[in-house]
Amino acid sequence: MILRFVLWIGLVCASVGRSTLAMCRAVGSVAMFSANAVSHVVRPPVYVREFGQQLIAVGYFSLPVVGLTTLFTGAALALQIYAGGSRFNAESVVPTIVAIGIIRELGPVIGGLMVAGRVSASIAAEIGTMRVTEQIDALETLSINPVKYLVVPRVLAGIVTMPVLVFIGDVIGIFGGFLVGTQRLGFNAAAYIHNTWNFLEVGDVASSLIKAAVFGFIITMMGCYHGYRSGRGAKGVGRATTNAVVSASVLIFAANYLLTELFFSA
Amino acid sequence: MTIISIDGVHKSFGDNRVLRGIDLVVKEGESLIVAGRSGSGKSVLLKCILGLVRIDQGSIRFHGEPLTDRKRTEFLEHFGMLFQGGALFDSLPVWQNVAFRLLRGKQKRPPGEARAVAIDKLGRVGLEPDIADLYPAELSGGMQKRVSLARAIAADPSVIFFDEPTTGLDPVMADVINDLIRGIVDELGATAVTITHDISSVRAIGDQIAMIHGGTIGWYGPVADMDRSGNPHMEKFLGRHRRVDTQAQVPRNGSDRPSAPDRDG
Repeated sequence: MILRFVLWIGLVCASVGRSTLAMCRAVGSVAMFSANAVSHVVRPPVYVREFGQQLIAVGYFSLPVVGLTTLFTGAALALQIYAGGSRFNAESVVPTIVAIGIIRELGPVIGGLMVAGRVSASIAAEIGTMRVTEQIDALETLSINPVKYLVVPRVLAGIVTMPVLVFIGDVIGIFGGFLVGTQRLGFNAAAYIHNTWNFLEVGDVASSLIKAAVFGFIITMMGCYHGYRSGRGAKGVGRATTNAVVSASVLIFAANYLLTELFFSA
Repeated sequence: MTIISIDGVHKSFGDNRVLRGIDLVVKEGESLIVAGRSGSGKSVLLKCILGLVRIDQGSIRFHGEPLTDRKRTEFLEHFGMLFQGGALFDSLPVWQNVAFRLLRGKQKRPPGEARAVAIDKLGRVGLEPDIADLYPAELSGGMQKRVSLARAIAADPSVIFFDEPTTGLDPVMADVINDLIRGIVDELGATAVTITHDISSVRAIGDQIAMIHGGTIGWYGPVADMDRSGNPHMEKFLGRHRRVDTQAQVPRNGSDRPSAPDRDG
C-alpha cells in the first residue's frame, strides 16, 4: 500500500517535472526566437515593401473588427455603469468611467484579443504553410534570411499599427457609450462630452498606447513563432494556428496585468 | 577540379542515424546524381550541403572552404535550387518568383531589368511571357516546376541542385523536365547535383551517380557503368530484383567497401 503510494507520488512528481522542463524549454525557445528577430530589426537590409504590405494586412484590415467590438463594448459598459451607479445615485459618473474603462483597459485588451484572433492565426497559418511547402527553405537558398524577411516586417507592423488601431478603438468605444448615454439614458450630449474630456489624463491615453504596442509585439511574434516552428502537414499548421491564438491571448492578459501594475499601482 | 567535397558527414534525428559517414566529391561541370530509396537520406544530404540542416560530424567544403554559418550566405550566392514541390512563393506573381534574388539582396537590379531577366529565363524553360503576371496557384504542376527551374537559374549559379525534379509529374512532362535540366546545365556550364529515385532522370541528366544505402555511399561511378556495377543495391535500384545481403561487401569506385546495415527503410 505504502509502496504504491510512494510510486504514485513519484509518477506525479515526474509528470510535474516533465511539464516544467517543457515549459522552460518553450519559454527559452520563444525568448531566443524573439531576440533573434529583434536583432534583425537594426541590421540591414530593411524590406520596406513587405513592411508596407504588413501595415495594411495587420492594421487596415483589422480596423472593422476592432471598431465594431469596441463600439458594442462601450455601449454595454455605459448600460452597466448606469445600472450599478443608480444603486447609490452616482449615474453621473457614466461618461468618466466609460472613458477611463475603455482607454485604460477594455480598448487595448478587447482590441488586442480581436487582433490576436485575426492576425496571429493568419500569420501562423501563412508562415506554417510556407514551412511545410519548403518556401522558407527556398528563401534561405535564395540568400534571404527568413527571419528578417518574414518575421521582422510583421512584428514591426504589429508594434506600429496596434497603437493606431487601439486609439481609434478607444474613440469608437467612447462614442458607443456616448450613443447609449444620450439616446437611451437621457444624458445631455454636451455634458457627456464635457465629463468625458475633463476627467481624462494624458497618462491614461499613454498607457493605452503603450499597452497596444506591447500587445502588437506579442500578437505578431506568437503568430510568427508558431508558424515558423510548424509541424508537417495540415495538422501541424492547424496546431500552430491554434497555439498562436491561445498563447497570444494568454500573454495579452498577463502583459496587461503587469503593465497595469507598472502604470497605476499606488 | 573539385567544387564540393563531403567528408565523413554524419546526421541523426534523435535515434534515427540517417547519414553515417558520407564521403563524396562533386567535380566542376559534372552532373552528379544522388540516388537511393525513399528514406535513405538523399534529401537530408542535400539539405546538409545547402546548410539547411546542421551536420553532426564531418565537413562539407565549397572550393576547399568549409561550410560555416558565416560563409553559408556567401556560398548560397553561387547556388541555385529546384525544390521537389516547386516551393514558389504564393503571394508573388510568376516573374517576381523568378526574379526574387534579383529584386533583393546583393544581386539587386532595377525592377524593369529584373523583369526582363525573368521573362528571358521563363522563355528558356519553354514558358510564354504572358504567364509572367499570373500567380503560382494559377499554373499547372508542370508549369510550376518550370517556373521553379527558371528561378533556380535566374542568377546564373555555378552549382544547381535538383531535389526530385520529376516527382508528381506524368511521364511525358517528366521527360520534358529532364531534357530541360540537361540542356540548361550544359548551356550554363554549371555543376549539377540531382536527388532522385527516378531511373529515367538518372539516365537523362547524370554523368556520375552516387547510390546512398544504409547512410553511406553504397556505390559511386559513371552513370554509363551503373548497369554493370555488380552492386546488389544498385541492381535492385535498377529494378533487377535480387536478394540483397545487407552485410555484403559492396564495391565503391572499383574498391570494396563495407555497407552499413539497412535501418532506414
